[in-house]
Amino acid sequence: MIKLSTIIAAAVLGLGLAAPAIAQEGHESATIQRQSWSFSGPFGKFDENQLQRGFQVFREVCAGCHSARLLAFRNLEEEGGPSFTEGQVKALAAEYTVNDPTVEGGTRKALPSDRWPGTGQSDADLKAAFGIVPPDFSVIAKARSVATPTPWWILNYFTGYSEGGPDYIHALLNGYQDPPPEGAEIPEGKYYNAVFPGHAIGMPPPLSDGAVTYAEPAEGGVAVPLTVEQYSEDVSAFLMWLADPHQVARKEAGFRVLLFILLFAGIMYGVKNRLWSRIH
Amino acid sequence: MATDSPLAHQDMPKATRRDFIYVAGVAVGAVGVAGVAWPVINTMNPDQSVLALSSTEVDISGIAEGSAVTVVWRGSPVFIRHRTQAEIEEARAVPMADLKDPQADQDRVQEGHEQWLVMIALCTHLGCIPVGESGEYDGWFCPCHGSQYDTSGRIRKGPAPKNLVVPPYTFLSDTAIQIG
Amino acid sequence: MAGHESSYNPTNVVEKWLDDRLPIIRWSKVHLMDYPTPKNLNYWWTFGAILVIMLVSQIVTGIVLAMHFTPQVNLAFDSVQLIRRDVNGGSIIQPLHAVGASMFFFALYIHIFRGLYFGSYKAPREVLWILGVIIFLLSMATAFMGYVLPWGQMSYWAAAVITNIFAAIPIVGDPILQLLRGGFAVDNPTLNRFFTLHYLLPFIIAAVVALHIWALHVPGNNNPIGVEVKSERDTVAFHPYYTMKDFFAFVVFCIPFAWFAFFAPDILGHPDNFIQANPLVTPPHIVPEWYFLPFYAILRAIDFNFILDSKLLGVIAFGGSILILFFVPWLDTSKVRSGTFRPAFKWFYWLFVLNFLILMYFGAQTPDTPVGPWTVADVSKLNVVYYFAYFIVILPLLGRFERPRPLPSSISEAVLTEPIAVSGADPAMPTAR
Repeated sequence: MIKLSTIIAAAVLGLGLAAPAIAQEGHESATIQRQSWSFSGPFGKFDENQLQRGFQVFREVCAGCHSARLLAFRNLEEEGGPSFTEGQVKALAAEYTVNDPTVEGGTRKALPSDRWPGTGQSDADLKAAFGIVPPDFSVIAKARSVATPTPWWILNYFTGYSEGGPDYIHALLNGYQDPPPEGAEIPEGKYYNAVFPGHAIGMPPPLSDGAVTYAEPAEGGVAVPLTVEQYSEDVSAFLMWLADPHQVARKEAGFRVLLFILLFAGIMYGVKNRLWSRIH
Repeated sequence: MATDSPLAHQDMPKATRRDFIYVAGVAVGAVGVAGVAWPVINTMNPDQSVLALSSTEVDISGIAEGSAVTVVWRGSPVFIRHRTQAEIEEARAVPMADLKDPQADQDRVQEGHEQWLVMIALCTHLGCIPVGESGEYDGWFCPCHGSQYDTSGRIRKGPAPKNLVVPPYTFLSDTAIQIG
Repeated sequence: MAGHESSYNPTNVVEKWLDDRLPIIRWSKVHLMDYPTPKNLNYWWTFGAILVIMLVSQIVTGIVLAMHFTPQVNLAFDSVQLIRRDVNGGSIIQPLHAVGASMFFFALYIHIFRGLYFGSYKAPREVLWILGVIIFLLSMATAFMGYVLPWGQMSYWAAAVITNIFAAIPIVGDPILQLLRGGFAVDNPTLNRFFTLHYLLPFIIAAVVALHIWALHVPGNNNPIGVEVKSERDTVAFHPYYTMKDFFAFVVFCIPFAWFAFFAPDILGHPDNFIQANPLVTPPHIVPEWYFLPFYAILRAIDFNFILDSKLLGVIAFGGSILILFFVPWLDTSKVRSGTFRPAFKWFYWLFVLNFLILMYFGAQTPDTPVGPWTVADVSKLNVVYYFAYFIVILPLLGRFERPRPLPSSISEAVLTEPIAVSGADPAMPTAR
């Protein structure tokens, strides 16, 4: 009979043999520190205040060049997200114009049901300015990740580590170095970033201390520092929500489902044993 | 274990003229099946709108020496590289015996336009887009499975079997080419 | 199917009426309930039933997703993301389908390796095994085409690389490639036909599964000792003994399934697939889903010309690595079925499993990744050699030279002497003598 331990041993041995390979798997990039996010882990939840601040950073800093075509204004009032009030979202939407060929003039004020209107610049202009069209932000936090060295990535399957995206974005926003370290060749119009693959990034450092003024915290809230570190954490959290807006609800459902499965498994074990006891 | 079907009976002795009608029936039926099957399969072939995109004109006056552009021809990317003198010499110095798919550099460019290298930008292994100005041979390097091409786009190392493909193209003038 | 007695007695008028016209209840009783199953099946045998349930799960979630998916190159990516945002429960259904594919293959590999260890492919079960290999092939095709549908970067480049495999065929390669893609490159026609086939194939798989179970019920289940059922004492009825045991195993199987689907739905996928497909940019490192990695490593390991060119050789090795499974029943010459009684076989078998896992690992690495003083490209050639040697050299020779341990005379004897031995089930229904 095959023993489970044999299989595990085989698997571990197999990965172990290959391990030295990875050690080198050449991420010349600086090591990316995992942050402790409020939403990491099975019990994680988004912090509404942080999402609201992150949205403000996105809106005032990122949205000039980065679109978010899957974001609808109405999403901003959803539970589990930034949870703005209905009135706030309506007012916010009204600040933007969207194209609508069915109305006179072809444009109108945005409604909560509309999607985020884009950057207002043409792709060609953006490409001329930065060398590429800055990526859309709808799922950017899922499209980036941090490689975990072998064999430690195996642990990710048990911890459910899914925060590689925000970890990367946070590290990127804090990874600029000016002047670049000795020996780094950075072409004209590019910037040195310790985290970006190849280190030469087209995006100028987007954040600086004090660049965004957060609203006074609501009663009982805590004022946060106006620093690049704080901004980058907030906007990374916002982008993670944007990429997977229902993840908190899904995790909560997951607990109910797992609980049910465990209970059911226990009962089925009893059923099976009871039946088979007649055979032995 | 012969069954009792009439066909089985008549197969046993020599084939007779009466069998002809059975053979003919099967044969004509097979033609009919094939005649129905082919039009169905053929609908999966490239349609008229795809076939219509058969040629592309490109203005190459803006491509500086030592740089390349990627244009699209029939849905696939095409490299147009303005080679430096050093690259041309490097390509021509390679002995034929070193090549996996021997082809002289002269045969991959057009006479009088040796600086222009036009190639379909798909690795001949499994169709990824190679990265320019990289690899051990100063040409192209395919990130998918590690094939390396030289400054003439010829395969030098890795799993790709052939040189990068040169599409049919003509110089309309010194600054414009038509691919396809 | 098997000709054992039916214990079905229609009890009322309606059942009698139906039984005279379509004896479907009688048939179900014979094949789904009374089917005599060896009483010593272990938990490795539960994966057949788990696979049946997973296939149904994939079909159900897939049909719901298809109602919201748009197979058009400009809309496909967004439509999948919008399922997760706007569709009721979409943020759960979509991961259940994507993670479900991984769980299906996880169970499928265990099912296949179980068959290889216990000699389940040997006479008289060759047809059963061949149908299983066909299901494996169809499942791979289905999973591959499904992976293309979200139209991310990995989707697109997987489609480009895999369809390009057909271009390696001499002479007719290019026309076949264009026929498959519906164009000169992977584009809208390709996406559309992959969607159509991805919807169709699971139902064909279901039909082949029915044949697979039929082919199981004719000779009956193999079992961990590989000695055929000798008397009724060796068997128990499929229902309730194995239905309940299989169902228990399935519920346990749901724990990792739910863990991934609810808590880390994208951990088994690749971040690049959250970037919309772009035919003009190749991702720096193309990798397939984990369940294709061993075969991808085999494809990639052949990077040298040998009579034929390297590309065609790679494709032959890739195809051969799967097609060789069809011949296993005739390659293994041993008279003993179960690996339990084959001391030398065990070593080679576990080495084969290890080799397979290493190939899987190598498939995810770039070819120039160093392994000690060598690279992945070098070492994986050895892995490919062992993969084929296991089937072509080791299995045929082992049967001649190995001295198996003595077999128990019957299942009942084995059960009595080895108290741990009872358990497990396959979804199928075998026959009794």
